[in-house]
Amino acid sequence: MSEMISGAEGLIKSLLSEGVDMVFGYPGGAIISVYDKLFDYQDKIRHILVRHEQGAIHAAQGYARITGRPGVVIVTSGPGAANVVTGLSDALMDSTPLVVISGQVASAFLGTDAFQETDVVAMTQQITKWAIQIRRPEDIPDAVARAFYIASTGRPGPVVLDIAKDAQIGMMEWQHKTCDYIRSYNPMPHVDSADVLEVAELLNNAKHPLILSGHGVAISNAEEELLQIAQTADIPVAATLLGLSTINSDVPQYKGMLGMHGNIGPNIATNKADVILALGMRFDDRVTGDAKKYALAPKIIHVDIDPSELNKNIKVFKAINADAKSFLSSLALFIKPNKHDEWNKLFEQCDKVEYDEVIMPEVHPNSGKMKMGEVVNAVTKAAGKGAVCVTDVGQNQMFASRYFKYSAPKSFISSGGLGTMGFGLPAAIGASMGAPDRTICLFVGDGGLQMTIQELGTIMEHGAKVKIVLLNNNFLGNVRQWQTLFFHSRYSQTHMLNPDFVALAAAYAIPGEDVTSREDLPAAIDRMLSHDGTYLLNVDIDASDMIFPMIPAGGTVDNIMLNENKKFSL
Amino acid sequence: MDKELFTVSVFSENTVGLMSQVTIIFTRRCINIESICASECSIPGVHKWTITAWSTREVMEKVVKQIEKCVDVIRAFLLTDDDIVYQEVALYKVSTALLIDEPHLESIIRTHGARIIDVTREFTVIEKTGHYRETQALFEELKRYDIRQFVRSGRVTVTKSNREYVSEYIEEQKIRAERQKKS
Repeated sequence: MSEMISGAEGLIKSLLSEGVDMVFGYPGGAIISVYDKLFDYQDKIRHILVRHEQGAIHAAQGYARITGRPGVVIVTSGPGAANVVTGLSDALMDSTPLVVISGQVASAFLGTDAFQETDVVAMTQQITKWAIQIRRPEDIPDAVARAFYIASTGRPGPVVLDIAKDAQIGMMEWQHKTCDYIRSYNPMPHVDSADVLEVAELLNNAKHPLILSGHGVAISNAEEELLQIAQTADIPVAATLLGLSTINSDVPQYKGMLGMHGNIGPNIATNKADVILALGMRFDDRVTGDAKKYALAPKIIHVDIDPSELNKNIKVFKAINADAKSFLSSLALFIKPNKHDEWNKLFEQCDKVEYDEVIMPEVHPNSGKMKMGEVVNAVTKAAGKGAVCVTDVGQNQMFASRYFKYSAPKSFISSGGLGTMGFGLPAAIGASMGAPDRTICLFVGDGGLQMTIQELGTIMEHGAKVKIVLLNNNFLGNVRQWQTLFFHSRYSQTHMLNPDFVALAAAYAIPGEDVTSREDLPAAIDRMLSHDGTYLLNVDIDASDMIFPMIPAGGTVDNIMLNENKKFSL
Repeated sequence: MDKELFTVSVFSENTVGLMSQVTIIFTRRCINIESICASECSIPGVHKWTITAWSTREVMEKVVKQIEKCVDVIRAFLLTDDDIVYQEVALYKVSTALLIDEPHLESIIRTHGARIIDVTREFTVIEKTGHYRETQALFEELKRYDIRQFVRSGRVTVTKSNREYVSEYIEEQKIRAERQKKS
């Protein structure tokens, strides 16, 4: 018989046996026993004390996205658990593996409105992959093993373990438990060779093939297989927002980003292709615009590990329930060398228009205040190969995603599905913790930064290295843009009176500087990048800067605005 | 598109909280659940629920996939009345005095194939099993007299298929587990 230990200690031993060496959290009354035991295991598990639980969960998301391993969060009951709700919803939408451990009142008090009691399982069931309450210490090892298995397999997602106080305090005989099988859960669908052959045939015979690369390609680590297929058959590849960095920006077959503010070529090509291979993506409305009129001509092959995504938003020619990597590695064997010179011309034509009408004035303006695109462009050039782009949400996100250059897998971290402002700073902290050797560039607006700005304290205490590029226009820029375009320039509640951000950072011992002129930008970026640690650039941005091209919400993917007054046509 | 009545058959583990997880999938899409009925089925440890709802096939196919996505759900099926044998039960509480005083009631109970399952001095409980229209028809007739209480259950169903898909699935999963252990 092994020795008796508390549920709290059992939890920590189970985390260790899952390979956890870092957790993000915030202590409180209903989780204090776990924190007491963490004290004994400080040399094995590094605890990042955040300043708000929302910061913990977004940091864990950043960590998970860059490492591919589940991010672990520990919070207390009631408000502690309630504060991670946004992050859970975000992680579910963006298929991010998380294991969130929340303390809960003692089981005798459940359902009595006890102090700091909230029904965490009921509250989180709809925004998690799995949520369970644990009331007995002996149930902890099994639950932790299942939690990690569920969070990290199939379509990854967040899992909640709500552990009652008495289960933390009670004694148990700890045993190492693993989980690689659940009867009701089959995360790895079988790849059917007939499907592979059929798709190979379709692609080999296609005149105008197009690959749409989504987050599933990154999650399944299928970047090499994608590149091989794209290069062998000379198939243009477009990425969804979260599919960015699944293929390097300088690969000739890479044609840019899809969607509302994506590149013109991929959006136009969507309606002109004859075969589309959509990989690990979900035809979100920001990608499709009007789904009823989306890609009516091409035969769409949709490969996704989540069967509920197939034929959900759009009806496809062929739906294949498979893991992107397993499918692509089989498909690669049957893809024949090919050339699509004539088809590639379409992208060249679109690119030329986009460069002249949109990119050139955005990235190389001659006068006026600085633009977001030119700042992102300058940062990505200076940051060099392997740098990671983390964004907040809004214009900063769209400019960063468009103008950053991706030269390695897992180089883009952003809140895609939920669009959570305040995601950026904590996610960048988590990314820096997960990949301390990579250059983490955060692009964030003045609105989003202030939603989780308290995490500057986390940086001060734990030494994350984040290059914070604050694209500051003193406006909620994306809403402002919509107000300009669709609401007669009535700027209702989008202007912000902002603090002195550099002084604020300095209060947290974080160096930084204001950049107000274009001439000062390159040197300031160099100082930021060469500083060994977090550095803040507060860049004074033209508030009238708008993100284009733009497909207005509900429009069709070939109805593209080049600017306020001009539509795209070839 | 016209709505029709669908039956969703869900086979699941017996987990606390799964019911709300499944029903909220209907709620999210503003679908009213007509009836719901759950019990352990012939496979040990597996619970079967029968849910009925009015909707379109296109929507219900998505709902069923989202139900099946729940980790603790083993399988979920979308069925129409042609696919299943189904039954409901209804109880009717009338006053015993009425039963004695009203000579037609005896023949109504007889023609509807209903039966009396409890009698006290005060009230009598009549039970009728059948499809909705059958239990409803008896209700309409009794309503003309005086009916104290009326209640109808959700439907229970078995499929007409010659194959037992859930048993087959569970067998396949056992093979998957074995294969996984070996590798």
